[in-house]
Amino acid sequence: MDTREALVHSLITLGDDHLILGHRLSEWSGHAPMLEEDLSMSNMALDLIGQARNIYTYAGEVEGKGRDEDALAYLRTEREYYNVLMVERPNGDFAHTMLRQFYFAVYMQASWAAMVESKDETLRGIAGKAVKEISYHVRHAGEWVVRMGDGTEESAERIKSAAAALHRYTNELFTVNSALQICIDAGSLPDPSKLRDSWNNSISQVFKQAFLEVPEVAAPQEGGRDGRHTEDFGHLLSDLQYLQRTYPGQKW
Amino acid sequence: MVSMVAALKIDETQRAWRAASSVLDPEVPCVSVADLGILRSVEMVDGIAVAKVTPTYSGCPAVTFIELAVQTALLEAGFDARVERVMSPAWTTDWITPEGREKLRAYGIAPPVDGSTSKLSLFGETTVACPRCGSDDTNKISEFGSTACKAQYQCRSCAEPFDYFKCI
Repeated sequence: MDTREALVHSLITLGDDHLILGHRLSEWSGHAPMLEEDLSMSNMALDLIGQARNIYTYAGEVEGKGRDEDALAYLRTEREYYNVLMVERPNGDFAHTMLRQFYFAVYMQASWAAMVESKDETLRGIAGKAVKEISYHVRHAGEWVVRMGDGTEESAERIKSAAAALHRYTNELFTVNSALQICIDAGSLPDPSKLRDSWNNSISQVFKQAFLEVPEVAAPQEGGRDGRHTEDFGHLLSDLQYLQRTYPGQKW
Repeated sequence: MVSMVAALKIDETQRAWRAASSVLDPEVPCVSVADLGILRSVEMVDGIAVAKVTPTYSGCPAVTFIELAVQTALLEAGFDARVERVMSPAWTTDWITPEGREKLRAYGIAPPVDGSTSKLSLFGETTVACPRCGSDDTNKISEFGSTACKAQYQCRSCAEPFDYFKCI
């Protein structure tokens, strides 16, 4: 794999994390527990999908085979998506959705902050914008984690079970494959394994305020980075890709 | 002669800038794309007016519309025109002009608190003055509002609910 192929693969991977989480969040539109939250989740979904568009567009340019953002978002099969499993998990209840958002946003905040220093000028531009947007996600989701953990008996129970269900998926965020390693060596993308300590610290701090224990994980769940997904992902794709599969080449 | 050509070129550039900068933001129609700092530059390149535009938010749905509107404004002013999207450096609310901030306030939208460098940490709070009565006694309702760039606030003094143009 040469440097260009490695960059294309890693950009698509990054785009997939954002597109799929954005899609999951958008499933809440019109269903949130209150109007402000409906707006919040739709806004965060918009940020994530906007970031995915920028990343895919750049991936297509680097690849140089004529694939645009739509081709990358809509015209791949399940095994050709490389998002972490965590972002494709069904929304569950509000506590699950907010905790997943918090886990991902804390990770991406550190990742975008590092990418602002990338040797790749386009990535610096995308990151410069995204790092500001993600800080709102971190704050919003973080406040909810504390509010639920330090709230009623039921809310505390729900956020606790969300942590028990989701924490096993967080390890995959920090894995490095051969394509990513080439990009790390080239100075274009940050090394996620180096973001782990600061991620752990941020999670511990907020969990402490929320009276939550960081769950012990016996068996981390991974596979998305290699294109191996959970059953729920196929259902998500059938919804996401429906229009382009039914009316190929349809434009907005 | 050379200086006359140069002067004409400057004149054309200014005319193109005026045309492009007359475009109003579709979601905040009290301010122009120049007031917001979205329109970065307009230059004459080989007889074509080239406008550079930068999006406010990654997911801002108005970007494509703004690009089309700028292109149309330039065409209407008689220019061959091209619009380029610039991602780097990333847009910041620091680029909103003083006039732009005043227009936002008069429209009922609290302008961003000065300086995006005042980084808000986790759970960080900031004081936003009510655009109606000027009171600092305001309450944040939600970090997210009717568009990606706004948050919802309410004034405790005059009870007015208002949008705050988020500082990024």
